Amino acid sequence: MKQTIENILHDNFKKKVKREKKFVLTVQLIIFVLFIVGWELGSRLHLLDPLIFSSPTNVTLLMVEKLIDGTMTHHLAVTLIETIIGFLLGTLLGVILATILWSSRRLSNIADPYLVVLNAMPKVALGPIFIVALGPGYISIIMMGAIISIIITTIVVFTAFSEVDEHYITVLKTFGATRKQIFTEAIFPASFPTIISTLKVNVGLSWVGIIVGEFLVANQGLGYLIIYGFQVFDFTLVMASLVLIAIFAALMYKVVEFIEKKYLERARS
Amino acid sequence: MDFLTFHEVSHYYFSEKNYTKAIEHVDFTMKDGEFISIIGPSGCGKSTILSIIAQLTKQTEGHIFINGKAIAMSDITVGYMLQQDYLFPWRTILDNVLIGPKMNGTLSNATVEEARTLLHEVGLVNVEEKFPQELSGGMRQRAALVRTLINDPTIFLLDEPFSALDYVTKLTLENLVASMIKTYKKSAILVTHDISEAISMSDRILLMDGQPGTIKKIFTIPSALRVTKPFYVRRHEAYQALFDEIWQDVRGKKEEQVDETDD
Repeated sequence: MKQTIENILHDNFKKKVKREKKFVLTVQLIIFVLFIVGWELGSRLHLLDPLIFSSPTNVTLLMVEKLIDGTMTHHLAVTLIETIIGFLLGTLLGVILATILWSSRRLSNIADPYLVVLNAMPKVALGPIFIVALGPGYISIIMMGAIISIIITTIVVFTAFSEVDEHYITVLKTFGATRKQIFTEAIFPASFPTIISTLKVNVGLSWVGIIVGEFLVANQGLGYLIIYGFQVFDFTLVMASLVLIAIFAALMYKVVEFIEKKYLERARS
Repeated sequence: MDFLTFHEVSHYYFSEKNYTKAIEHVDFTMKDGEFISIIGPSGCGKSTILSIIAQLTKQTEGHIFINGKAIAMSDITVGYMLQQDYLFPWRTILDNVLIGPKMNGTLSNATVEEARTLLHEVGLVNVEEKFPQELSGGMRQRAALVRTLINDPTIFLLDEPFSALDYVTKLTLENLVASMIKTYKKSAILVTHDISEAISMSDRILLMDGQPGTIKKIFTIPSALRVTKPFYVRRHEAYQALFDEIWQDVRGKKEEQVDETDD
């Protein structure tokens, strides 16, 4: 009898949670629909200048047409690949730099002011220098995507390395561990959650770097399409590119989030 | 010959702003297989002594000998147990226990078997593949004990390993650790705040004074208490008298401090 009462209470609780979730989802959908409908109506009734703001139907039609004939797919693929490489490169180099800084206290003390300056510096401003040094091609663009996240990754990960509980190191030292062993056995695994969370930040940063890079030099990619659309005053094309960027940036973020969740589940199991 | 000798050992901690003298002219000797407890006020350099023996810190002045050899030349292995277990949360219990052999490259099927046997011996059954966070505080500290045992240490350094545990677990673990150390004929130094713990586990007690840390008095535990298990020592007729004697000395110091600081 008691069991069934508890079950009923639990069922009620589950229903309540479900109802709340449904409500949130409904409101989210309503906002989305209102936005699209408002945009479409505004554009048709000329409350918004259709030349500048285009309209959902026009954007969708253009996107479908360009995706089917493959032109947009090509630009999308270029930008995606550049972003993924820039993102991985930025994160990897950042972690490697943090490791080098950790390996020597003196080195990290020396590097400190330079890291502060580099971190404060708006990295996209380095664009022209990359283009001159590396040529106006995809290498410069990828470097833009990477450089934007390297320094912040270095700082965040190095801080995480430094904040690992001293006692874990004591334990390893009493077993005669070398500094390298201390790093691989304690410092790195203990900081892994931080590294995963920098991935989430870096995904967003890399998109910024790549799009700005494409603004500056590219003759392909979504950043190029935006600049091209702007120059020929085809704002439907600009909007379509923006929509694609929003979708894929969100997808990439979700993938990283999924990896984080899987990792945390494994760590907790 | 004495197993461990501290000869006029002093240690300073330096920082940019100032320095503190943690211990001053600490002198004591220890026989092989002896169990010594160090008690005294917080910050009297108890843990510094352990850290120097573990060679995590090098003393500023004085000499330390192990079996007549300077400590740096000796091949001592320490089994350090801290206030918390400091098991690595991303490793299973078995992997945590095997970290010592892994570090010094002696990991083999034999050590894995030994780890399993030792885990059984301390009462940890079916936990090899579990992660530390799935175990209670007492079980984790048992695993930490096995982690030090498997390295076959020459000396156990116990830095308040029972202080974070609840009372029942603490008493059980005192018994377990004391009997393991006796069985394997190890020497041990226990740092603690708990006078009854010190009396019930050790052969001798060093009472320290703080700032800078010096040895104020050394108590020898009567042999009747030494052979008794920690849990039963507390009920032994000789226990109370010794407790009171030590208490007098500890309290004497405490009252002075209260007068000085006036808080």
